[in-house]
Amino acid sequence: MPSPDLIKLIFGRLTLESLPLHEPIVVGTFAVVATGGLALFGALTYFRLWGYLWREWFTTVDHKRIGIMYMILGIVMLLRGFADAIMMRAQQAIAFGGSEGYLNAHHYDQIFTAHGVIMIFFVAMPLVTGLMNYVVPLQIGARDVSFPFLNNFSFWMTVGGAVLVMASLFIGEFARTGWLAYPPLSNIGYSPDVGVDYYIWGLQVAGVGTTLSGINLICTIVKLRAPGMTMMRMPVFTWTSLCTNVLIVASFPVLTVVLALLSLDRYVGTNFFTNDFGGSPMMYVNLIWIWGHPEVYILVLPAFGIFSEVTSTFSGKRLFGYTSMVYATVVITILSYLVWLHHFFTMGSGASVNSFFGITTMIISIPTGAKMFNWLFTMYRGRIRFELPMMWTIAFMLTFVVGGMTGVLLAVPPADFVLHNSLFLVAHFHNVIIGGVLFGLFAGMGYWFPKAFGFRLEPFWGKVSFWCWVSGFFFAFMPLYVLGLMGVTRRLRVFDDASLQIWFIIAGFGAFLILLGIGAFLVQIAVSVLRREQLRDVTGDPWNARTLEWATSSPPPDYNFAFTPVVHDNDAWWDMKRRGYQRPLTGFKPIHMPQNTGTGIILAGLSTAMAFGLIWYMWLLAAVSFIALLVVAIGHTFNYHRDFDIPADQVVRTEDARTNLLAGAK
Amino acid sequence: MKTEAHSAITADHHPDQHAHGSLSTYLLGFILSVVLTAIPFWLVMSGELGNKQVTALVIMGFAIVQIVVHMIYFLHMNTSSENGWTMMALIFTIVMVVIALSGSLWVMHHLTTNMMPVHEMSGMK
Repeated sequence: MPSPDLIKLIFGRLTLESLPLHEPIVVGTFAVVATGGLALFGALTYFRLWGYLWREWFTTVDHKRIGIMYMILGIVMLLRGFADAIMMRAQQAIAFGGSEGYLNAHHYDQIFTAHGVIMIFFVAMPLVTGLMNYVVPLQIGARDVSFPFLNNFSFWMTVGGAVLVMASLFIGEFARTGWLAYPPLSNIGYSPDVGVDYYIWGLQVAGVGTTLSGINLICTIVKLRAPGMTMMRMPVFTWTSLCTNVLIVASFPVLTVVLALLSLDRYVGTNFFTNDFGGSPMMYVNLIWIWGHPEVYILVLPAFGIFSEVTSTFSGKRLFGYTSMVYATVVITILSYLVWLHHFFTMGSGASVNSFFGITTMIISIPTGAKMFNWLFTMYRGRIRFELPMMWTIAFMLTFVVGGMTGVLLAVPPADFVLHNSLFLVAHFHNVIIGGVLFGLFAGMGYWFPKAFGFRLEPFWGKVSFWCWVSGFFFAFMPLYVLGLMGVTRRLRVFDDASLQIWFIIAGFGAFLILLGIGAFLVQIAVSVLRREQLRDVTGDPWNARTLEWATSSPPPDYNFAFTPVVHDNDAWWDMKRRGYQRPLTGFKPIHMPQNTGTGIILAGLSTAMAFGLIWYMWLLAAVSFIALLVVAIGHTFNYHRDFDIPADQVVRTEDARTNLLAGAK
Repeated sequence: MKTEAHSAITADHHPDQHAHGSLSTYLLGFILSVVLTAIPFWLVMSGELGNKQVTALVIMGFAIVQIVVHMIYFLHMNTSSENGWTMMALIFTIVMVVIALSGSLWVMHHLTTNMMPVHEMSGMK
């Protein structure tokens, strides 16, 4: 038997009691996940796919593959986040009339925290980043992002954060503090267990990835645009991506610092956010919302960009009011920094502060409204094709306007005093995040899927998913508006007033419809893969679209464009088609490309191990991984095999294959 | 805009046009940074100004000058570098920092005045 000191050095505070064996729901989930994981592992081993995955995907520096991996991460985490959601809905629908429901308070509090954290950081962020990663370099006619290795590293850091949050389900527990972990509740005195530490380190690890990918994409957009593409000729999605990444770079450091201060409070006993010794928990709330409000726009601006591309493509028209769209985006970018206090009107700043932030909040609805009118005028007298991305866009317009209006209502401080922390607020932000961000992501996935894989998504199951999602959303969240107006606060586990139950049952039914929507989406992908030959698109431009990403083949070759396109107009590809553009068939040159590297995934793995060590006070593990991190990072600087040339004859073969395909299609 | 002048042939790689500074500008920057660091140390250690608050404000002033020195001599920033993008990024950063700092001061001043408990807690509860 080794000495207790040695065990403590290696395992920190991790003991057998830390495993949630007393929670039958968690044990059951673990059994399912472990079985699924083993089956996947076995299948990958049996079909000898590990080498392929490592060489072609895990170590890739190709922005397209990294983009696809981000999307897969987001969809997998969506399943986890939604499992939390439907558990909460079920609990609230049955915990009436003396029933305690089926979740104890300890577990329920973890679920609502995990739901918020996962949906924002590990669903919405990866999906948004994935689309930007995939589409932006293609839209601006670039071969890759500015820093391809950094891109790979950023992705794996995001995965590292997700792994930590998932690990908390089975090893220890997650925070029970709500998704922003306000102190004093999140301080060591009230949350002595590992939950908040999982939260802190999960977000810190993922935050590195997010910040670096923000820097990378800004640099890409500023420096790598095709000749002729001036700022005011950039596609709107690229514009909104630029603004989103500016927001990321400007706001994520604030989150990093706030969480670092909180961890100092927890680990070394400082008093930044404690109630006494000069600390102020209110400072935490202030700082985290200086990050938190821009975060909302980080998610929604790319969605606005997607809707702009989709509307103009499927209306067969140039986007109405391009210039006003760009300025509206920039104005939203700046204004999003001036409104953070509306998240805590009730904390006690005086009338002058509250009215200032109430007014700035209302002003944001003006550029957003301008965008809405631009989309409507784009559709006006257009030849609208109601393909799925367009359907999502119209559902967005109807849904998002409701969410926007309840937002303006909440921006009125006296109204907020009544509605703060109620289910009305919960309904509002789900209204804008689902109706805005998620519908946008579905529109974007449907729109760019044929570009990424060379075949369209199957429309029937897509429509099933669409109607389940949209109707499910209204069933799930309209009752919450009603309940919020009646004064029901958020995050409650049991209820006394039996008259409220019917609303929760309706909301639960809505969540069930959304479950069907998610299921139909997965079926849609599976069916599309099975029927890929019927759904095949060889032209590279299945929607008769307008921007540069449609000028190349689907899926694009590794180098994206054999020759860098020259841009003469907005909607560059539309302009090229109108002027009778002919693909160059000869004169190909070798193409200089970045080399794959495993350093990104190794560094991210070591960071995750270090974070795990810090969470469990396994100081030995933390120290060893930190040193290894430094060694690998320094070692990577001596790697001089960072680039290679795709030989000209390989380019010729790739392009000739495309020429034959195009000839066969005619 | 400058990009319009490019033809398709030069699109791939721009020649590196950054100003990298010379030994004398680096030395000048280094000496200025040392001086600007030494003076605040001296002010604190000697207590020359007598008043702690004045000392703190003066040190802040030196810190701001220090930032400008770094930007000019080490980061080689000027109004025309990178087609003006660095200047634009700088202005944006300043706007954001000013908003975050002044806003936080304003908000926290209100919150502290209105909400923080008086330190003698014995009478409460």
